Amino acid sequence: MAILETDALTRRFDTLTAVDSLSITVNAGEVFGLLGPNGAGKTTAIKMLTTLLPPTSGHARVAGFDIVRQATDVRRSIGYVPQMLSADGTLTGYENLLIFAKLYDIPRREQEQRVRDALAFMGLADAADKLVRTYSGGMIRRLEIAQSMLHRPRVLFLDEPTIGLDPIGRMTVWEHVRQLFKDYGTTVFLTTHLMEEADSLCDRVAIMHHGRVVALGSPAELKQSIGGNGATLDDVFIHYAGDSLDSGGTYRETSRTRRTARRLG
Amino acid sequence: MRPQERGARLAGLAELPVARPTNPLAGVASYINKTMVIAEVEARKLRHDPTELLTRAVQPALWLLVFGQVFTRTRAIPTGNLSYLDFMAPGILAQSVLFIAIFYGIAIIWERDLGIVHKFLASPTPRSALVLGKALSAGIRALSQALIIYALALLMGVKLNWNPLNLIGVILLVLLGSAFFSTFSLIIACLVKTRERFMGIGQVLTMPLFFASNAIYPISLMPTWLQVIAHINPLTYEVDGLRALMVMGATSTYPVGLDIAILVVAAAILVFIGGKLYPNVVV
Repeated sequence: MAILETDALTRRFDTLTAVDSLSITVNAGEVFGLLGPNGAGKTTAIKMLTTLLPPTSGHARVAGFDIVRQATDVRRSIGYVPQMLSADGTLTGYENLLIFAKLYDIPRREQEQRVRDALAFMGLADAADKLVRTYSGGMIRRLEIAQSMLHRPRVLFLDEPTIGLDPIGRMTVWEHVRQLFKDYGTTVFLTTHLMEEADSLCDRVAIMHHGRVVALGSPAELKQSIGGNGATLDDVFIHYAGDSLDSGGTYRETSRTRRTARRLG
Repeated sequence: MRPQERGARLAGLAELPVARPTNPLAGVASYINKTMVIAEVEARKLRHDPTELLTRAVQPALWLLVFGQVFTRTRAIPTGNLSYLDFMAPGILAQSVLFIAIFYGIAIIWERDLGIVHKFLASPTPRSALVLGKALSAGIRALSQALIIYALALLMGVKLNWNPLNLIGVILLVLLGSAFFSTFSLIIACLVKTRERFMGIGQVLTMPLFFASNAIYPISLMPTWLQVIAHINPLTYEVDGLRALMVMGATSTYPVGLDIAILVVAAAILVFIGGKLYPNVVV
């Protein structure tokens, strides 16, 4: 069953076409990865699917709702962890989650339990009442995932979930994401430029390049498509998206990525 | 490493999302509730770190202590039956509200840069409730300033009016003034989008808004062109209402009800516009 469908979804900024006729289908319970070099259009795609950015043309349905005409229904049905660190450092972990429990209309008497459970699930029970600015990068990411799962969304969007994390922080986040869809069957839609991440988490991946999907399939299928034996997803990535020397995104993206990385460091 | 499983009951798809409010009354209640949640964030932040409130109090204290004292002695400004200090104290309260509120947009840009705004916008919260909640947040900060200014004014012998109804009126005017100016600031932030440009515009706006008002001298002293500007400046109506409510023996130029009504309408228009523009801040 398709839980997310896009039909020729397109977004232009002035002369740049950031996402060009994106047509993909994600099935319920699947972990779907959108891969691509920096500036390929992944974040733009995720912003449209999470209703933050109106598309220039084309359509998309998430959890059965149109992203433009039924935006509020879409927002109720999804969880979203932006690329940047979005937890509020001046509040405690518990407070960060409590605010969102309230915004998502979780009944008052369930709020505290739900927040405590989510913190426990993400291994943050002990840090619940500390200010988030004292957390490590990996802890902040897990807090954000807990926050985005409070209202039991049908689709969870993770934009570059492990950007700027050290290998241990990365592994822990992966472990928790895996546990999440194993236990609850949540559909996960993530973007990444780490092939290792896609290989270890995703059932299917789409590789984006210059706003277009250039390859789509399971990691195994994609490896097969470029000659199989011994090919890694890195090889697949280079095969499909390796023609540009200018990959690296704009000044603004780079500065944002570095800022995120610094906050995590 | 494994996720802790103690009490882990984060249920999955089996349970459907919470039912949505169906009747209009529940819709209004939900709207107010969401607005209060946004303001609650600010209250919690202030509780964790109240130092900012004290540093913010330095500027109004200087205005009252230095400017106020000196001008009280010169008797250069005709203030009717009020001493100059009595006349200016409500003006300094309004100024303090203005200065806190007008730079509120910088916090919006900061939150945008961090990605916090994205998450609020991806939640099913009405856009204008997010904006109104922010306006109320600025009001919470402004109220804590009002407390400090009242304390200073009391120490300096300003003849304050302690009638509970007047105090409620002052609270209302402070909330409305900060709602207006903070939303004005939010709208600018949504348009300019970067901190540098915002700071430039903020600096350019604050002083003209302050001087083209009746905060520290009566409008009757102004040249005609400035009087016209003062009359369309919402700060004038805030000061006018505050002066009548806050100081014993002071009268307002306009009925206080009219001052309040003008601020309500002006703030409501801005919250509406802000609600439309706020989503642009992440584009």
